[in-house]
Amino acid sequence: MKILVCISKTPDTTAKIAFTDNNTKFAEAGVQWIINPYDEWYALVRAIELKEADTATTIHIISVGSADVEPIIRKALALGGDEAIRVNANPADSYFVAAQIAEVARQDAYDLIFTGKETIDYNNGAVGGMLAEMLDLPYIALATNFKMNGGNVTVKREIEGGEETVEVALPVVVSCQKGMAEARIPNMRGIMAARTKPLKVVEPVPVESLTKIAAFGLPPAKAGVKLVSADNVEELVRLLHEEARVI
Amino acid sequence: MSILIFIDHIDGHIKKASLEAISYGVAIAAQSGDTAEGIVLGSPEDLAGLGKYGLKKIHQVQSDHLKSFDSQVYTKVLGQVVEQTRATTIIFSNNAIGKSIAPRLAVRLKAGLISGAVALPDTSDGFLVKKNVFSGKAFANVSVTSAIKVVLLNLNAYAIKETGGIAEVVPFNATVETPKITVTGSTKTSGKVSLAEADVVVSAGRGLKGPENWQMVENLASELDAALACSRPVADAHWRPHTEHVGQTGVAIAPNLYIAVGISGAIQHLAGVNRSKVIVVINKDAEAPFFKAADYGIVGDAFEIVPKMVEAVKKMKGK
Ligand SMILES: Cc1cc2nc3c(=O)[nH]c(=O)nc-3n(C[C@H](O)[C@H](O)[C@H](O)COP(=O)(O)OP(=O)(O)OC[C@H]3O[C@@H](n4cnc5c(N)ncnc54)[C@H](O)[C@@H]3O)c2cc1C
Ligand SMILES: Nc1ncnc2c1ncn2[C@@H]1O[C@H](COP(=O)(O)O)[C@@H](O)[C@H]1O
Repeated sequence: MKILVCISKTPDTTAKIAFTDNNTKFAEAGVQWIINPYDEWYALVRAIELKEADTATTIHIISVGSADVEPIIRKALALGGDEAIRVNANPADSYFVAAQIAEVARQDAYDLIFTGKETIDYNNGAVGGMLAEMLDLPYIALATNFKMNGGNVTVKREIEGGEETVEVALPVVVSCQKGMAEARIPNMRGIMAARTKPLKVVEPVPVESLTKIAAFGLPPAKAGVKLVSADNVEELVRLLHEEARVI
Repeated sequence: MSILIFIDHIDGHIKKASLEAISYGVAIAAQSGDTAEGIVLGSPEDLAGLGKYGLKKIHQVQSDHLKSFDSQVYTKVLGQVVEQTRATTIIFSNNAIGKSIAPRLAVRLKAGLISGAVALPDTSDGFLVKKNVFSGKAFANVSVTSAIKVVLLNLNAYAIKETGGIAEVVPFNATVETPKITVTGSTKTSGKVSLAEADVVVSAGRGLKGPENWQMVENLASELDAALACSRPVADAHWRPHTEHVGQTGVAIAPNLYIAVGISGAIQHLAGVNRSKVIVVINKDAEAPFFKAADYGIVGDAFEIVPKMVEAVKKMKGK
């Protein structure tokens, strides 16, 4: 089986969120970059678990980005990816990214394509669905559990107010979230092996992006907390009812 | 030209999120002089009644093939409806079903997608929409350059407005393919309020010491008709189901009221809850970072305060 795992570079979850260039660019100075948590913890690790269960499996990692995404690609290889592809382009928007991945995916027969639920920076959650449409494949969004079942897969997905179990034949695109796998850390052997694993750089196909970020902004700061004494819980309830009017 | 709103339903009921999406779509139509029309796949209750939110017409597609949700099948049907209605803007709720279909439909229509919109578009010069980024720690104004636009509206981001009226429900004759995805089972937390849609959320963290202590939190939630949530370590330790985990790597919510009990307020936790309108923090440590993000707070022991709060709410409601 051949699995393609899509990974994106995002700022570390503790990064300070600030903007430069007249609020049109994310302030990158001093920011640590990580593999988007959904892509690493759930998509990639689940792919590695599938490979451990069936050694005939190969895992390809793909990331659309300039050379500065290579450290996170190496990390993904250290965790257990076999080969990587970097599409050498600025990931302009989800549509552009999906079109680049679709182009690569068309050249190889992947049985399974995993994405994360969304990136923690732009929170679009769109690449997986777009990719599935471009490749005319079924798409299971927000998966929390994934099992192979012969040529079929059994997947649990989030629905409004619960979960649903579904079955579908391969190939399929799946977006992954919590529940899919338990997080793990790369070991020394993996890190050493990653250095010599193939990382192919391909040039992008011409695609026009359809959206553009015009400006960023920060939400207004909170006015400050109103503290109520622990002996006066009724006062808190009164404030929530009469002042804030939320209960 | 029209604005098309996807109407979502579960177990025959139309979701609150859909009423928000309808109100939002009707407002866009009013802004641009277009008409707002609904599209529903399946047969929920009381479609005509949706007229009171300003919808004049609802297209309805019915087919056994729509019973198992397969985004590929749904997208092709929606593509046909968009073509016939010549819709220029298509609105979805940013919930599980919306997230599954909207990106596909955007590709099919070669339309720009705004995912996580929190305000009406500014159409004075193009089409500019405010959306959340960095898990609610910031927002971005995104412009769409394509002729057709697809918008995923965040839950609890736009107020439901009633204008009065009755909607005309017209059957739409679509070609519906056989789904490739088969639903074999489901577990619903039905009866309870869904976390993403809830107006009030009561959440607890590691300060509660163990799963056996959740009863008081459940009591408070039940008095307030609230949904339950928890911090990540609580879900990781399997004290609570992972569907309740809120934060940057869990569910992102924006209720009117978020009550956090025994949660320290780590940056990753705040990222998923900081769009809540009012935040109440109960923590025994006055230095807990959560107090900086809170509107109201009590410094003290949750084991004393939460049961007192249950009583106080009962008393308040008794008045
Ligand atoms: C990449 C990454 C992603 C993450 N994503 C998330 C996420 O999405 N969501 C999330 O929640 N976390 C997330 N985390 C974890 C986060 O950093 C914190 O570790 C976590 O939120 C802490 O949970 P907590 O507040 O329940 O526990 P603690 O930090 O242990 O806090 C417990 C609190 O309870 C208080 N307390 C103790 N006893 C009592 C009592 N009797 N009465 C009242 N108060 C009491 C303490 O004063 C303390 O403030 C993430 C971390 C990383 C690295
Ligand atoms: N630049 C990228 N390169 C490869 N995969 C990406 C990229 N951006 C996003 N993805 C994948 O698509 C998922 C959803 O991203 P998004 O639609 O941008 O929120 C992510 O979790 C990744 O798996």
